[in-house]
Amino acid sequence: MESEKYLAQLQEIQSMMQKSSKFLSLSGLSGILAGTYALIGAGIVYSMSARFISPLRFNSSEFLTVTIIAILVMVLSFATGVILSVRKARKKQEVIWNQVSKLFIMSFMVPLVTGGLFAIILVTRRDFGLVAPVTLLFYGISLVNASRYSYETLRNLGFIFIILGLLNSLFIGYGLYFWMFGFGVCHIFYGAFMYLKYDYKKQ
Amino acid sequence: MTSIISDINKIFDHRIRLGIMSILMVNDSVDFNRLKELLEVTDGNLASHIKALEVSEYIDIKKQFIGKKPNTTYEATLLGKQTFAKHLAALEQLIKTSK
Repeated sequence: MESEKYLAQLQEIQSMMQKSSKFLSLSGLSGILAGTYALIGAGIVYSMSARFISPLRFNSSEFLTVTIIAILVMVLSFATGVILSVRKARKKQEVIWNQVSKLFIMSFMVPLVTGGLFAIILVTRRDFGLVAPVTLLFYGISLVNASRYSYETLRNLGFIFIILGLLNSLFIGYGLYFWMFGFGVCHIFYGAFMYLKYDYKKQ
Repeated sequence: MTSIISDINKIFDHRIRLGIMSILMVNDSVDFNRLKELLEVTDGNLASHIKALEVSEYIDIKKQFIGKKPNTTYEATLLGKQTFAKHLAALEQLIKTSK
């Protein structure tokens, strides 16, 4: 009888420690959807790029189209992530905007915005080759950084992106393929893994 | 066995006080509303448990102003952290030996 009480105490401690220091409303489903958007976007770009010189080098007018598609994919992915997180938090009857979610967003956004600005600067300098590696690298760093305030396995996804970014910087011009693999395939696989591990069982 | 029992702390033998300490072990400082939200308790209930932990010098109360609004945050003291760590180790030990 006594040991049952102690076990209950231990479980309470564990759950409070986790609940108070981790943002766990991220949904695996948003990873799957973000990956799907990325693959659709990449598909459109790929079908266009048949007319371009391969490996992908864009002159500025076509680059604009690619940029618009990339931004569209990004905005859609973020919106999906936010909507699904709010939904998940509501289901768990938790407040979405709290100390931990703020820390999570901050630790995620600081490297991401830095990388985004850096990529824009590269574009204005017409240094297109490094744009894809830079986005992959900084997105990976964002994930590693933010994993401290969320699921720890998020860090592994971050490392994959960092490795992809580094490899891409060795093979300049193949950014689209690295993007498809990273933002598309890896997101879908990781999202599915998260969904099965954390969300599916609890429904 | 006797030494393990002595590390079990009666003060932590309550869901809310145990919860407050667990939260303060992994967060540098937490304010009243956040504690309330996490523990799902009423103001008065939470305040009385905070008081008990403060009297034992396991937590520190920091009062400051954010703009014009008073903001009270709570931190675990070194003594609080050490005592809680012992309590935690004792719990684990007791469960292990009872198996």
